[in-house]
Amino acid sequence: MSYYEERSKYNGFNFDSFFNNLTDDVIRKIIARNRLSVLDYLALLSPRAELFLEEMAQRAQRLTVQHFGRVIFLYTPMYLANYCVNQCLYCGFHVHNRLERKKLTLPEVEREAKIIAATGLKHILVLTGESRQQSPVSYIKECVEELKKHFTSISIEIYALEEAEYAELISAGVDGLTIYQEIYDEEEYARFHPAGPKSNYRFRLEAPERACRTGIRTVNVGALLGLGGWRAEAFFTGLHADYLQSRFPDVEVSISPPRIRPHLGGFQPEFDVSDKNLVQYMLAFRLFMPRGGITISTRERAELRDRLVKLGATKMSAGSCTAVGGRSNQESTAQFEISDERSVKEMAEMLYAQGYQPVYKDWQLI
Amino acid sequence: MNDVLNINGQEISSRLFLGTGKFSSNRLIPESVEASGAQVVTVALRRVDLDYEEENIAAYVPRRCILMPNTSGARNAAEAVRIARLARTAGCGNWVKIEVITDNRYLLPDNYETLKATEILAGEGFVVLPYISPDLMVAKQMVNVGAAAVMPLGSPIGSNRGLKTRELIRILIEEIPLPIIVDAGIGRPSEAAEAMELGAAAVLVNTAIATAGDPVGMARAFGLAVEAGRLAYLAGTGETLEYARPSSPLTGFLRD
Repeated sequence: MSYYEERSKYNGFNFDSFFNNLTDDVIRKIIARNRLSVLDYLALLSPRAELFLEEMAQRAQRLTVQHFGRVIFLYTPMYLANYCVNQCLYCGFHVHNRLERKKLTLPEVEREAKIIAATGLKHILVLTGESRQQSPVSYIKECVEELKKHFTSISIEIYALEEAEYAELISAGVDGLTIYQEIYDEEEYARFHPAGPKSNYRFRLEAPERACRTGIRTVNVGALLGLGGWRAEAFFTGLHADYLQSRFPDVEVSISPPRIRPHLGGFQPEFDVSDKNLVQYMLAFRLFMPRGGITISTRERAELRDRLVKLGATKMSAGSCTAVGGRSNQESTAQFEISDERSVKEMAEMLYAQGYQPVYKDWQLI
Repeated sequence: MNDVLNINGQEISSRLFLGTGKFSSNRLIPESVEASGAQVVTVALRRVDLDYEEENIAAYVPRRCILMPNTSGARNAAEAVRIARLARTAGCGNWVKIEVITDNRYLLPDNYETLKATEILAGEGFVVLPYISPDLMVAKQMVNVGAAAVMPLGSPIGSNRGLKTRELIRILIEEIPLPIIVDAGIGRPSEAAEAMELGAAAVLVNTAIATAGDPVGMARAFGLAVEAGRLAYLAGTGETLEYARPSSPLTGFLRD
């Protein structure tokens, strides 16, 4: 059964009624439980569980240290191209947005790679918009071949691919896939993605499974917080992670809880997701999947990221830039504004100051 | 009495092996090694970064130690073999701890793939220490394919749950002619001592030390516990009885 079918089981599920039936006693018992069911996870995402954030945090912190140690894995994104045929209402690279479209040449990829590698980072996440004409799989593959010379782990955050295409990129050296469903509510998904190949909800939803089947090493899923009600979206993200971990036990599964940031086009999030909500989501997920990764990007501001280190986060980006070739060329337009502009060195210093080790390298191309 | 652990002809001074993951700073590694007296230290090749000396975990292992790279991240025999070869090429020596894990929930080892990798690497001259679930038949095959020691788990990695597999490990100690090194799951010094009293040749500890409030203090405690447990094993612990021994035995009246 694919995740599409798994997720469909909850069509019509009444979240409010489920939340309304929870008592303090139930929440307390769940927090103390060793293995949480999916509905236990949902209970920890409830408004009632907000009253127990400190208890959740204490346990989440212990579990994170036990399973990951006092370390935070570091990575940085690199935008290869911003050509895009999609019309995602919330994205700066929307096909109709007027911005200078750009795609890095291989020498430019090399130049950016050298700037990043000089910071000591070994893990890179490469991104493109969706344009099979401008940035086909063959182009991404060429970039990966170049990036392999500078980095020991390469993840992709690109448009959803067919299984054979994932296999092709994996054999070229890609070991990780990040792909956000953006919004798990199928009807709302259609509204936010009115046209372009990305409007195919199911094809995107099943992309992580396709990559897992072809031997990807890590997958990272997520919903873009602010598009839909965050509790249900967090639930379906966790359910997705659990689905993948159960079916593909040798894959390292993680989630991201990205919140919408300002960008070209000026989309305003329809649902507010507060810091408190974000933290509750992270803690609930940690208790639900003690070994699941939680990735926190520079969408979040520095002061908050510093706190999230001890609230279940396992991986953070550093020295980020969301513009194509933005490290060597300041003119390029960013996909969204980042909030934490600290350098890799500054991030490392912050982590050490908190008694955490920044890990620059955690995989080796083999 | 000279009680020295011998692995593949090499004399090892300490029966506590140390893992290096999960420390809050690499600087705690040499301090913990010294405090514990450990001589064999394992490092995941995935973390070894030869380009960045300051953050290179392997550079923090004192020179007097035997560096034992491990194949953390390998999902099958072929990957473990490739990682081991890369480690040797990178100058990490020819010891290797084989770790093949296909289950990210419990991190239990895949004995079958581990056996295949052990056979290949032993054939290439590596000193191979396979990490396994304690299974007698697999351990026997490890002997046949040339493992230098066998490393059964006490409980899942990082779980700090102690010697949950005690009976199975006891059987391995009795039946396998190689050093049995309890790897994974040991959460406190008393559990390390327990494994040593049972007759384990050594124990490998990482999480319990690295995530302790005072890792260096805990490293020292483990060093002492392993020594105490070994001494107890050598001294021969007294028989344990279910009931008190009666001071007026029922058959005391019988005389030859």
